[in-house]
Amino acid sequence: MNMISKEEVKHIAELARLELTEKETEKMQKDLSAILDYFNLLKKAPKPENFIEEKKGDLRAVRKDEVISSYDLIDELIAAAPDKKDDYIKVKTIL
Amino acid sequence: MDLTELTITQAHKGLKKKEFSSVDLTNAYLEKIKKTDKELNAFLSITEESAILQAEQADIKIASGNFGELTGVPCAIKDAILVKDQKCTAASKILENYIAPYDATVIQKLKKEGAVILGKTNTDEFTMGGSGENSAFGPTKNPHDKTRVAGGSSSGSGAAVAANEACFALGSDTGGSIRMPSSNCGIVGLKPTYGAVSRYGLIAHASSLDQIGPMVKSVEDCKMVFKVISGKDSKDATSKDYSFEDLKISLKDLKIGVPKEYFVKGLDPEVEKIIRDAIKKAEDQGAKIEEISLPNAEFALACYYIVVPCEASANLARFDGIKYGLSEEGKDLLDVYLKSRGMGFGPEVKRRIMVGTHSLSSGYYDAYYKKAQEVRHLIKQDFAKAFEKVDLIFCPVSPVPAIKIGEKSEDPLSMYLMDIYTISVNLAGLPSLSLPAGKIGNLPVGLQIIGNHFQENKILAAASYIEKI
Repeated sequence: MNMISKEEVKHIAELARLELTEKETEKMQKDLSAILDYFNLLKKAPKPENFIEEKKGDLRAVRKDEVISSYDLIDELIAAAPDKKDDYIKVKTIL
Repeated sequence: MDLTELTITQAHKGLKKKEFSSVDLTNAYLEKIKKTDKELNAFLSITEESAILQAEQADIKIASGNFGELTGVPCAIKDAILVKDQKCTAASKILENYIAPYDATVIQKLKKEGAVILGKTNTDEFTMGGSGENSAFGPTKNPHDKTRVAGGSSSGSGAAVAANEACFALGSDTGGSIRMPSSNCGIVGLKPTYGAVSRYGLIAHASSLDQIGPMVKSVEDCKMVFKVISGKDSKDATSKDYSFEDLKISLKDLKIGVPKEYFVKGLDPEVEKIIRDAIKKAEDQGAKIEEISLPNAEFALACYYIVVPCEASANLARFDGIKYGLSEEGKDLLDVYLKSRGMGFGPEVKRRIMVGTHSLSSGYYDAYYKKAQEVRHLIKQDFAKAFEKVDLIFCPVSPVPAIKIGEKSEDPLSMYLMDIYTISVNLAGLPSLSLPAGKIGNLPVGLQIIGNHFQENKILAAASYIEKI
């Protein structure tokens, strides 16, 4: 089994916005290695014909025009935010 | 008469004949829950007050004479489906105190019918799991053997119906999450065709596969609930204009396919015997049985466990400590994200977010995500070809009966392998039912009946015959 490195796990965790403890990182390294190793099975799978064309067809079938209408849930949605002021959700300064 | 043992059909009859009221029924279930659920852990919250209120309103509706089959009938809802003003936790610490601001479309429909909602049921965290053990609030125990799991992810819904803590329940199914607990708990569970039921108000796991469906005590009950919850919804663009119509056919009219790739090493011999016996019984009643091939079956699990984490990692990006749920203090915005998500999510959710993030990242996308999409296409084609020849496919739901609590929880890959018979159905968007077919000792085993798109009526017609044999 090809082991994924601890640095790689830490890098992915940062991309995924997850803080992992040292113990979690070690377990994740083991689990991810086994799972990614299993994915190698797909290399044996045949290449499908006409793949792209059919995919486009599928997407068209579920497309619909979205018309924005008034939404009466604004108060409830804002109430769910952990930090807020008046009608606004508060976010830490990013600049 | 123990009111909690009734099916929907029986409860409806009793309500109609005024043998008991909806308040009587509701109280009977609430008492039952208080008595047995401490041990089972099927419910995460019980909404007693609103349940009684709904039952009183249902009784008024019943007195008027104008009421439906679900009016006044008590049910349980998986805690990944939003019920307005009630907690919706998805069995996660990150949503532990989250109150749903609106009703999911399926809940609106149940409420319109006058069904009574008893409470919210346990699940694997964010519906990610096959055993129910990934709940942040402890596993649900199997009512048939309390040292074993109820099956997941709709573990609480399965156990609640099996233990007579609810007359019926709603679950959701991304890769077997309705069928697995239905099989493990010995009840009927339907994963509808992708698009048959609106997903509006279901906390998203993998949006191209998620479906809500009924978990019930009989095939007849399954039809009743499915009829009410299915159909087009402007709030879910993937929902289809579809209404269920009963199909009057007998087993003699049906050709049943048995995939040879599904009866291989890894399938428990006793499970195999129960499934083979069920197939034989259908044959004795006149069904034509044909061996079929799903040549790409061996790739389905790897395909599924790429597609799902990719979609999940995108869907779960919304849990950031800002908009709702748990928020941890941090020195800057990034730190708030890292800490809130690090504290809020459990191990399996983190694992899937990690696998998804990795599979979608630059340099790996083609090898993982794109390849998985191609394989998904092959799997769809396999089923399309099979359904040119046969009406339905019969196979097991799970290779083994309910596992012991803790048996596989340290080894995620071996847990994933339990989903081998259920995931392809979601990848292909097909409808599929778990029907109780027999028992190994105390442990129920479900027969899986897969149909072509929007042929729930054919599945249910066949199931209602087999149920009676």
